[in-house]
Order: sequence, then structure tokens, then C-alpha cells
Amino acid sequence: MTDMVLNEAKQAVLSATDADAQGVCPVSNADGDCAILVRDLHVYYGGFRALKDVDLRIASRQITAIIGPSGCGKSTMLRSFNRMNELVPTARTEGQVVFRGKNIYDPDVDAVEVRRRIGMVFQKPNPFPKSIYENVAWGARINGFRGNMDGLVESSLSHAALWDEVKDKLQQSALALSGGQQQRLCIARAIAVRPEIILMDEPASALDPIATLKIEELMRELARDYTIVVVTHNMQQAARVSDSTAFFMMDEDRAGYLVEYGPTRQLFTNPHDKRTEDYITGRFG
Amino acid sequence: MPRSTFEHKLERLQDELLVLGSMVEDALVESVDALKHQDLERAKQVIRGDDAINGKRYAIEAGVLALIATQQPMASDLRVLASVLEIATELERIGDYAKGTGRINLLIGVEPLIKPLIDLPLMAEIVRDMLHRALEALVRRDAELAIAVAGRDSEIDALYNQVYRELLTFVMCDPRAIEQTMQLLWVGHNLERAADRVTNICERVIFTVNGAVIELGGRDDMGVEGLV
Repeated sequence: MTDMVLNEAKQAVLSATDADAQGVCPVSNADGDCAILVRDLHVYYGGFRALKDVDLRIASRQITAIIGPSGCGKSTMLRSFNRMNELVPTARTEGQVVFRGKNIYDPDVDAVEVRRRIGMVFQKPNPFPKSIYENVAWGARINGFRGNMDGLVESSLSHAALWDEVKDKLQQSALALSGGQQQRLCIARAIAVRPEIILMDEPASALDPIATLKIEELMRELARDYTIVVVTHNMQQAARVSDSTAFFMMDEDRAGYLVEYGPTRQLFTNPHDKRTEDYITGRFG
Repeated sequence: MPRSTFEHKLERLQDELLVLGSMVEDALVESVDALKHQDLERAKQVIRGDDAINGKRYAIEAGVLALIATQQPMASDLRVLASVLEIATELERIGDYAKGTGRINLLIGVEPLIKPLIDLPLMAEIVRDMLHRALEALVRRDAELAIAVAGRDSEIDALYNQVYRELLTFVMCDPRAIEQTMQLLWVGHNLERAADRVTNICERVIFTVNGAVIELGGRDDMGVEGLV
């Protein structure tokens, strides 16, 4: 594997900490605390402003869905939570993303460490061309894990609801797994480095309905221990799986902005904003 | 329009609901008028007509379920469908009250009425008007009208109390009138309950308009000062 591929894969695995601050958290968890606080966020790609004026508070150990029409900045928003946008050479970020009381964009913050603690799962399953075992162990190993690797692999695969299906073929190539299994392997790989937050960018859009439901069930399970933020084009999925939903749109300059953020049940049954209503009822977009 | 097919089907379902409402209005007034005139044939027609009301209710229910399953409605669309489903049930039950009144007519048969019926037909007319305007509020998405309609439930309760007291005096004067008194009281009870169901429909209208779930009162008010 080349260094470039390795670096990219590393970013894919990595994750991060917590920020308690003010803002509006539409759904409180049992502790009422907040995993990420976004303040006055603007993201640019060169001269193009992709996201503007975003204030958002992500509740801990809950699932937050980000929905909106194509090009509204959903993925940019997601990638700003762990500085993945920086991998785009022209990207520039203004404002704050506060995690564990610290703005992750401060100069003294290590982006790699941020991405370890705030992991990401991508739209298309991207296992390494290695064994199932190595896919899970790799991220932990490069992060200096010195404990019981077999135990870590088993617990990560179990957490990802994959252990029973692969426990007898751990040394087989990950590429031999089905698409749904590959995606769950990628989730196991993400949680093996002990992140606190998992970002998911359309994690089921390349999967069949059964595999999709398995991923959704898994997300609900994972939300007991992790904070999850998911971008999805599938509004039914957002309605089924999330606790809170943020709806984004874009203005005439194609800059994305937050329109409405609230408890999922309220947003999908009685949205406050006419634009949200029009979008989720399919009357535009 | 991106969802013109869905909107067309939703519109049709609401139209079907109005048809059901019209059938129920007619059955309610017809049942009491047939009793007033002791017209047993018309009473039988009301009883037979209940099958059509039930059939329409289930057709609407099937249409709502099909739209939910195939179109995944959200927000106001979802609230409309939930309301249509519930209102169809309320209408069907009001239809049952009309059928019950028809049966009481057959039970009384040709035995002369202990008194000319005045308040019961008036109650039926008021409930019909309430129902008509409640459905109008649904079509117009008019929450204020729904609240005003539900406010008329107290008129029905007052009339029911009046009927109750009047019938009591007949029983006191002539114990042989007990059976027919009980039957006529039951007709009054049917109408009082029908008005309560119209109140439920009004609550659904408000939910449709703004998502609020509120009690408009009258649901637990059984009339006769809560005794019956």
C-alpha cells in the first residue's frame, strides 16, 4: 500500500473529545450534555462559500441526522466535525467546532488526533485489501494499542454486529464479504480505535434494503455508547433512525445554511419552517 | 408539481370522507325523523344503509393505508392522513348511533309515542349542523371554526338534560311508560354521544391544521349532569 493510500485510509479510521457549551440542543440525552458545539461556522472551497452561519449543538450518545437537497452542504458540514475538509487543498474554515471545550480548529490541535476521536464511515464501504482481522486491528495498531488485540478485534466486530458472521473466517480477505458486511466491517474498524463520535456519510446508500436495515439497527445499538451524526438523502431513514434532525438548504449563491433543527419526531410530523415542510413532503428539492 | 399524483389521491380521499360525512348526516336526521313519524319502513332503510356507511369507512381506511405505504407522507400530509383515518372511524360510529335509533323505532313499533317528539329532532338537527361545519372546517383547514363548532356541544348537553327531566315526569305519572321512556332516553343518549364524536372530529381538525393535540371538552361530559 502506498503512503498516500495509507494516509487516506488512516484518516478514514481516525476519530476524538467533548464540548460543553451553550446553544440549542433539541433533544437532550439522559445527562443533557453535548458532544459537539458549532458556532458561527463558515466553510469555503477557494472563493466558493459552501456553508455559512451554522450554529449547531450535537447531543451526546444520540443520533443526529443531517438532511437537505443535493449541494446544500450536508457532507461539508459532516466533514467539518473532524477536519476532514482540510484534505481538500483549497478548503478554509471560519468559526468554531468545539469538542470537549476546545475548538478543534485551534492551531495547537492535532488533526490526526481529532480524527481518531471523531471517526468517519463513508458512503461506499472501503475495507483495506487485507484480512478481516487486519482491517479491524490495523487502526488500533498504528495508534499504539498494546493490549489484547484478539479481544479488541472480537469486541469491535461484536459491537458492529458482525462477529457471528465472520468469527470462523477472520483471516479471509475482507473484500470477499458482501457490501453490507463490508460496511459493518468499516464500522468495526472505526470503533476499534475507541472514538467518541462516529460520523456517517450516507452509510447505507450503496446497500440493499435488508443490509440497510441492519446498518440502521446497528446505529441504534451504537448510540448507547457513541454519538452518531449521519448524513442521508433518505428521509425515511433519517425519520427511522435519528433522535434529532438538522435540515439544510442553500441560498442563491449556493451557500448551504441551517434552516431548522429539532427533535426528529417533531420535524417530520410538524416542522416549524415552511421550507422544511415543503422539502420533506416532496414539494421541492 | 413534484407530487401531483400523491396530492390528487389525498384530495380524493378527503372527498370520500365528505361523502361519508354526508351519508352519516342524512342517516342521523332520517333515523330521528322516522321515529318522530313512527315510520318503520324508513327506520329499516336507515338500518340497512349502515352497511354502506361501514363499507365507505373501510374503503377510506384502505386508501389511507395504501397512501402511507406507498407514498411515505410526512409533516402536514401525514397529519391529514392520520386525521382522515380517525374521522372516518368517528363518522362510522355516528352512523351506528343512527342505526341504533332505527332499531329503537322498530322496538317501539306501532305503540303510540308517550309524547310528540320535539327536542330529539332538534338535537338531531343541531348535531347534523355541527357535523357539517366540522367537516367544512377540515376542508378549509380552519381551526377557529372547529373550536366554535365544538362549543355547540353544550347546547346538546343542555337539550339532553331537558329530555331526561321531561321523560322522568312521564315515568312518575305512569309507570307503564317506563319501557318507552328508557328507549327514548337512549335515543337522546345516542345524539349526545354523536355530538361528542363531532367534538373529537373538531380536535382532529385542529391537529390537522397545526399539529396541536387539545381537548375541546365534552368528551367526558355525558350529559344529564354527568349521571348517565
